[in-house]
Amino acid sequence: MNFSGQDFIYGCSAIGAGLAMIAGIGPGIGQGIAAGYGASAVGRNPGAKSDITSTMLLGQAVAETTGLYGLVVAIILMFVKPFG
Amino acid sequence: MGLGMAAGMAAGAAVQREPDFMIHGVVKYTIGGHELWLTTTTIGMMIISLILIVLAILAKRTMERATDVPGTFQNILELGVEMLEKMTQGILGKNARRFANYIGTIFLVILFCNLSGLLGLRAPTADYGVTFLLGMVTFGIVQYQGIKNRGVRHFTSLFEPIPLLFPINLIGEVANPISISLRLFANLLSGVIIMGLWYGMMPIFANIGIPAALHVYCDLFSGCIQTYVFCMLTMVYINDKME
Repeated sequence: MNFSGQDFIYGCSAIGAGLAMIAGIGPGIGQGIAAGYGASAVGRNPGAKSDITSTMLLGQAVAETTGLYGLVVAIILMFVKPFG
Repeated sequence: MGLGMAAGMAAGAAVQREPDFMIHGVVKYTIGGHELWLTTTTIGMMIISLILIVLAILAKRTMERATDVPGTFQNILELGVEMLEKMTQGILGKNARRFANYIGTIFLVILFCNLSGLLGLRAPTADYGVTFLLGMVTFGIVQYQGIKNRGVRHFTSLFEPIPLLFPINLIGEVANPISISLRLFANLLSGVIIMGLWYGMMPIFANIGIPAALHVYCDLFSGCIQTYVFCMLTMVYINDKME
């Protein structure tokens, strides 16, 4: 088994990309909480369903941002190869 | 492309072709010794601009001969304008008319860019060059409105609760365009990558019917939501600087 320092850097980049995607946990929890409160709000006031849904989706899309930062870091590590 | 080749070798004979989700150069040209490329993003943007120009001319013709009982196309146009007015007035209030043009324009451009994945183009908004420019235009408008409406207070408000917080306030101001552009870019890029991997690496029978469901989520749902979010946040940022 013989590999160069370059291969080692690529391997570590792939591990780092995997670790960066741990960032997906936070938005998952946050979006779930938002959806749960949205559901209970619709249950209490079914007349305001469209307003609640649009507010919930907007909030979820904003909450998703931190996860997407993790995705961007992972994609840069995988394809742009800044350390290779 | 390294990943595609490695994955292709791993999957063996089941692979038809390499997954393709990169931006490709199409035409090479040089200006002043610099090597420049017309990429798939440029081509997609040109096609979308052409579609939008044709739609705009058709819309103008229809509205010039508007009838009391609207036809199909006139109905769609009136519905769109009503939705735009409702959306802008919900956030900007009495200033809505001044920004409705800009918001409507970026809404249509981003919407058509996001949906162009359905036409087989690589979505132009999955290129950070495009979304960063959109974010910077928003940033420019926000700063201009801030200076115009608040004058010196636009700058002194950075020191507002206590002067110690100036660096954090400055970062909060500069992070806005980066955050909205990265949000749009990353959402579209993830959709493009998922579709590219599915089309490139799945066996041929998995490419019948199933991609339609993926397109509904990755292109239609995600694209529409992100278009709405981008326009909403642009309006929210502008509205922050109005008083």
